[in-house]
Order: sequence, then C-alpha cells, then structure tokens
Amino acid sequence: MGCRKVLTLERLQQIRKEHRPILEARVGEAGNADINEDGSIVLNGDYYKKQVRIALKNCGIINPLMIEDYIAVDGYSALANILFNKSSGEIIDDMMASNLRGRGGAGFPTGRKWNEAFKYDADQKFMICNADEGDPGAFMDRSILENDPHSVLEGMAIGGYAVGADKGFIYVRAEYPIAVKRLRTAIEQAKELGILGNNILGTGFSFDIELRLGSGAFVCGEGTALIESIEGKRGMPRTKIHRTAHKGLWQKPTIINNVETYANVPVIFQKGVDWFRSIGTEKSPGTKVFSLVGKVQNAGLVEVPMGTPLREIVYDIGGGVQDGKGFKAVQTGGPSGGCIPAHLIDTPVDFESLGKIGSIMGSGGMVVMDEDTCMVDVARFFLEFTVDESCGKCVPCREGTKRMLEILERIVSGHGEDGDIELMEDLSETISKASLCGLGQTASNPVVTTIKYFRDEYEAHINEKKCPSGSCRPLIKYFITEACIGCTRCAKSCPVDSCITGKVKERHVINQDVCIKCGTCYEVCPVKPVKAVVKG
Amino acid sequence: MNITIDGIQYEIKKNTTILQACKDAGINIPTLCHDERLNPSSSCRLCLVEVEGTKNPVTSCSTMVRDNMVVNTKSKDVIKARKDVLNLIISNHPMECLTCDKSGNCKLQDYSYEYGVAEGTFKGAKRTPKTDTSNPFYDYDARKCILCGLCVRVCDELQGTAAIGIENRGFDAVVTTPYNEGLINSKCVSCGNCVSVCPVGALSPKRQKYRYWENKKIRTTCSYCGVGCQMDLVVKGDKVVDVEPAKDALNNGLLCVKGKFAYKFINHPDRLKTPLIKINGRFEEATWDEAYRYIRKKVNELKPEYGADSFAGLTSARCTNEENYLFQKLFRAVIGTNNVDHCARL
Repeated sequence: MGCRKVLTLERLQQIRKEHRPILEARVGEAGNADINEDGSIVLNGDYYKKQVRIALKNCGIINPLMIEDYIAVDGYSALANILFNKSSGEIIDDMMASNLRGRGGAGFPTGRKWNEAFKYDADQKFMICNADEGDPGAFMDRSILENDPHSVLEGMAIGGYAVGADKGFIYVRAEYPIAVKRLRTAIEQAKELGILGNNILGTGFSFDIELRLGSGAFVCGEGTALIESIEGKRGMPRTKIHRTAHKGLWQKPTIINNVETYANVPVIFQKGVDWFRSIGTEKSPGTKVFSLVGKVQNAGLVEVPMGTPLREIVYDIGGGVQDGKGFKAVQTGGPSGGCIPAHLIDTPVDFESLGKIGSIMGSGGMVVMDEDTCMVDVARFFLEFTVDESCGKCVPCREGTKRMLEILERIVSGHGEDGDIELMEDLSETISKASLCGLGQTASNPVVTTIKYFRDEYEAHINEKKCPSGSCRPLIKYFITEACIGCTRCAKSCPVDSCITGKVKERHVINQDVCIKCGTCYEVCPVKPVKAVVKG
Repeated sequence: MNITIDGIQYEIKKNTTILQACKDAGINIPTLCHDERLNPSSSCRLCLVEVEGTKNPVTSCSTMVRDNMVVNTKSKDVIKARKDVLNLIISNHPMECLTCDKSGNCKLQDYSYEYGVAEGTFKGAKRTPKTDTSNPFYDYDARKCILCGLCVRVCDELQGTAAIGIENRGFDAVVTTPYNEGLINSKCVSCGNCVSVCPVGALSPKRQKYRYWENKKIRTTCSYCGVGCQMDLVVKGDKVVDVEPAKDALNNGLLCVKGKFAYKFINHPDRLKTPLIKINGRFEEATWDEAYRYIRKKVNELKPEYGADSFAGLTSARCTNEENYLFQKLFRAVIGTNNVDHCARL
C-alpha cells in the first residue's frame, strides 16, 4: 500500500467551498430547483410544494456520481463534526432524543437500537443497511440509493462511530443495478477521498463498507433472514433468542437500519434534534417517504411530515383519482399492509394511527384504488405475493397463507361457500399470532382489513356470485337486450367463433358457454343512449 | 428464579428455556422441530405458550425463563393455535397411517390424537415432491415430510456432513440434495442420523415390516469399533429388525452407518456360527474343541520343521480389546512370532 494523504477537515471544507458555486450554477441552469436564503436547494413545482423533504432532500439536485456535489450540500459535515466534537454516548443520547423511528416498517426507535449495541461489549460490531426493498410498487429506497448514495454511507458511518462498529454492509437487491453501480462508485469515491476507510479525518476512527447483493427473496428484507443471507446461508428468519443488537451477523452485535433511516441520520446531526422533533408528530417525529401509486393522477415519491392526513397526500399532492372516478380505498404498507376505506381518508399517517385502523406504515407503499377495483381481488393479489415469498420455514405461514389464498381464489372465481369469510377470519388469527417472522404475522392484513371494511363485497361474491366492481371476470356476464338493432358489429368483433349469433336486423344472442368475457361486444355496441349489450 | 407455570410456582435455574422448565416440571409441551442437541429452530410453532405481558404467544423452545415470569401452557388461544397448526400440517400430509412404517411411533400421529385432529379440513393443493429410494439403507418419502428441518440440522450441526438442505420457497419448499441429484449422488455418508430424528415417516430405514408395538428393545454396545456407542436393538420375536441410537449415552443419540444399518448379518444364512476345518480341500463345520485340538496339533508338527515365523494369525476388529490382546499374546508368547494382524488394517 502506498502512503496516502489523510483527508483533513480543512480539505473537506475547501472542497465544499470550491464546489458549491459549481453546483449552484448547474442548478440555476437546469431551473428545476430554487436556492433558498438559508442555502437549502429545493425542487420547484406544485408537486413538491406540500412536501417536506429530508431523506429525499438531495434527490434530483445533486449528481450522485460526484462526491463533491454531496459535500457541496453540507454532506459529510455531520460526520466530521461528530468525529471531532462528540463522544459515542452523546450521539446515542441525541439519537434517542430525536426519537427517529425505523423507516423500514416496524418503527422501532433507532436510538434505542443503537444503545443496545453500544452497551454490549464485543470485539467486533457491524452496521448493516437493509436495502432489500421488495414491496411491489415501492421505490423509496431505490430513489435514495440511486440519487443520494452518500447520505446512506454517512448515516452508516455515524452509526458505526456511535456503537463502535468499524465495518458495514449494504444488502441491496440485485434487481437494482443502477443503485448497485452508484453505491459502488460512491463507496470508491469516499474511500479514495478518505472519508471512509482507515483513520478517517485523522481521528483514529475507521469505517469500511461493503456491498452484498440479494438474490431476489423478499423475505431477506427481514433482518435475521438478511443476516443469514450475508453469512452465505439460505435466507430464512432466525428464531429470536437474542437481539441482533447483541448477537447478529456472525453472532456479533449488529445494527440493521433501513436506507431511509440512515438517510435521515446526517440531517438530524446537521440541523439538530429540536429541529427534527419540530417536524411530524410527538410519537413519530420527522417525515416519511411514500411511494404513491395506483389510480392516482400524480404518481411518484412523496415525502411529508408524519401525521399528514391521507387526504392531503392523495388529493393535494396526488391530485386525486384518475379519470374523475370515485375514490374507494388506499392500501398502505405494501403486501402486508391494510386497505383503508374512503371514510377513513382523514386518518393522519403515522405509526400509531395506521395501526389503530388495522393497517401499517410498512416501508411506505401507498396504492390508491378507484371504484372499479374489486377489494376481494386486491386481497387475493397481495396474498398471492406473500404466498410466493414465504420462505417455508414455519407452518402457519407456509401452509396457512396458501390455504387462505385458495379460499380467496375460490371466491373470486365464483365458487365461494357459506362460511368462507368466517374461516378466513379464524385462520388469519392463527397465522398472525403463530408465525415466526413479520412476513407471516402481517400476511393476512390485506384480507382482514378488506373483510372489515368491505364485507359486503365478499358477501356479494359468495352469496350472489357477483363482483360489485365488475372486475372479477368469472363473475361477469354479458347479454344482449331487446334494444339490439341487429347491426352485427358485436358478432363481427367477437374474437370467439360461434359466440354471438343472430341475423341482420334481428336481436343477437351470446352463447354463455363459450363467451370469454372480453367485453368487446360491450365496447362496440352503438345503440344509444343505453347500449344493447349489458354487463352484469 | 421463580416462575409460575399454569398457576403453580417453580424454582428454575437461569438460562433455561420455558420448554425445558416445563419438562422438568412434568408438563408436556408438543414439539415437532425441537431437539435439545440442536440450536432451536422454532419452525413447527407447536410449542407456543402464553407469557403474561407479551402480545403474541411465544415459542417455548427458544424463550428463556425470566424471574417472575407467568406462563400459561394450556390457554384457549394456545390450544387453538396448536390445533390449527396440526390441522394445517395434516391437510398437506398423505393419510397413509394404515400402511406407514412409522405408525405407532409418529409424533404427528400422537399429537393429532392428543388434540383431536381427525383429518385435515383444508382441501386444496398437496405437496407432490419425488420420493428418493436411491440410498441402499433408507428411503425418503418427501410427500410425508413436514419440513421440521430436523434432518437438515442434524446432518449439518451434529454429523457435520451437510448433505441435504431445503430447496424452493413457501409451499413448494422441500428437503433435498444439491441440484436434486438424489441421495446416492450426494455427500450423504448413510449414517442414518436423519432417519433417527425424523418425527414422521418421511425418512425410514429399508427394513423388514414390523409394528412398534410388536417389539422389545434391548440395549447393547455397538461392536463395530472401540467408541462404545450405545444402541437399542429392536427385536421382533427372535430377530433383530432395526437399530435405534441411545440418546442417554456418550454417543448422544448418534450412530454411524455400521451401527445404524449393518445389523442384517445377524440373521444372514452365510453367517459363520461354528469353526471350519479344511478337510480334503473343503471347509467342514467343526466344534470349538475340535478346532483348538487341530491348531495345537498343527503347531506342534510344523514349528520344529519350519520355525515359528511360518505361522500367521489374523484377528478381527469385531472382537473386544481384551480378546485381541489375548490373541496377540498367544502368537507372540506361545507360538513365538510377530506375524499377527487385524482386519482394521485392510
């Protein structure tokens, strides 16, 4: 190894000074962001007006491939300040006072977690960043990793200094190739500059970060399964005999935090605990990033203070439901979250409030559903995901979720039986209480909440063999009324031979036995004002 | 420390699991994936108990007792959870108890009886993995596997071979060999420790048919080598039909391929039961007395003519240490040659 110049505090400040004007000039040229009086740079436009961006604050503003850009927006200043002016104990105290709660879903206070590892004596400790974002439609972490990777590295280094770890792993899913590439570049640049590696800023603190790529198992987002995976074993959750903060990776004290949690850490130390606590609610301070998707006008990432009512997110930022259709529900928390019906749209979004109505914060998925969405089918869709992703270790999750899915599949295909709802309620109780890890414990949330708020839809499917939203194909029927003028357009457009028959200028008939319910006849029927083809 | 189980106070040592505490107190907790020799896995979820102050029931196999802990092992919720778990397992298990070798010694059968689970009420898909009969000593009927993981863990943690593992996810998870190439093509050393721990009929020795209630067990010491493993010979009538390792002995419930499976010589027609003397080019059965006399006669005849080194003796690893000592003493001190050896060198 050649002798490398140690990065000094002066040099870091110099880079910031030199590069800031370059960044400002570039931002000014692009015109997509405004530079405020306090020096902060925020994206402009209506979509961002109601948002408060902490974790995403640099996204879309800095160039993630340039460490100088990150330094120009005060990046690594929190780490430098801490290394020179604060003890590990003080950082832990600050983290506890900030009450930053884990953004990966469970909302466990980060400071308390760090304190556990800090107090536990061991020759080696580890920091892990959980970047195995797997919820369908969720891309909060991806966005941070791709657009602001250094904020995660800085958060991890601060945590490492606090708990006494000199080694970190980022477990990132291989399905995020850009994130992987940019993380790699960021780690290389940080090591090259000397902000990661041995003897950082000459303070004697060393911290190194390595990447570990996931292999596509959703369950590896569960902390202990993730640890098993890093150890090279099959990704299955461990039974909780010890806390991972005491015995985690290779049985050493290990802190696992989510990407968004780490991205919050440097900002808390830059702007102070009081500032952080002034945002959000008493029990859930700060902001949360949501991935607003589904039948909403403006889909995208939204970062708002905790406690913001759902209505503000869906309507004021999201612009309401697409195509002027009626709002039916919003699903929060990913596949293990719950469906929140229209009458609860004023619920504030924080850990406690969502829990009270049967849903969860989760990692921040938010799927908006309109009147055409069948809630039974939604439950089936999310459960199908969990069944696919169950690791198969414990009985309730492996066998129970599959049985529940079979019942749901029966219901949406018109074979639901009396007692199915009660059977699912009964089974979901055991699955939630008896499963080994969070995946099983929350797997039935979509089913339980849809039964709770949309029981009538289940009953319609089972008792009347009808799908009120008209979306479950096996339960839809098309037929032609007396209003038919015999134009033959439906028969000509029908993709199935011998499905629609009839003579010109006479009423046509659909053969229900061969009809594939594609709806083409309904679409093309020219009869006005009420079509002669009826969907029922 | 003091803990209360089902309303009765007990004095329990620190670092004890609730399961062990209950066992010591004579309270039976059902388990399918537990083995005190292995790290807890908590995958079967049958050992759930309620602990006052916790939201969900906990697995007693992995939860350590705390001072003043109040444990309830028979609450309504716990019993319901156990019944549901059994129902879920049975719903995905071939109901072949009438023809299953394990019947009468099957934990799943016992618990279903205890908890009144007569049949699986969930009529849906069933697992259809392939059976593997490639190993010469035991069969693997994957359909009967309940994925407790004991075989995988015993192979890895105690035997140190790690020949098998779990493949696929969720409902499709299956215990198998790498790349599904079959046990005969795997690292399996046929020790049969997986067979000994299987709580159901998924792993079963290739053996003569018997029912557990027809047998008696006879404790003995394995005679294959000097370790002294303890084992129970399973005897039906006057025939040894199976071998089970003893858990309460130095071998800790483990055996090797010989101890576990190589018992069939006992009743084999080719087995030598008397000494043989070659007469006119053919081996003829003889008594021990005839044999000893024959040896003495030959030694006395040949030693003066050809010398002591014209003799050689070969003994067996199956003999005890003492027998082997006496044998070499006979050759060295009485006959006067060092030409003495032992089959373990072959």
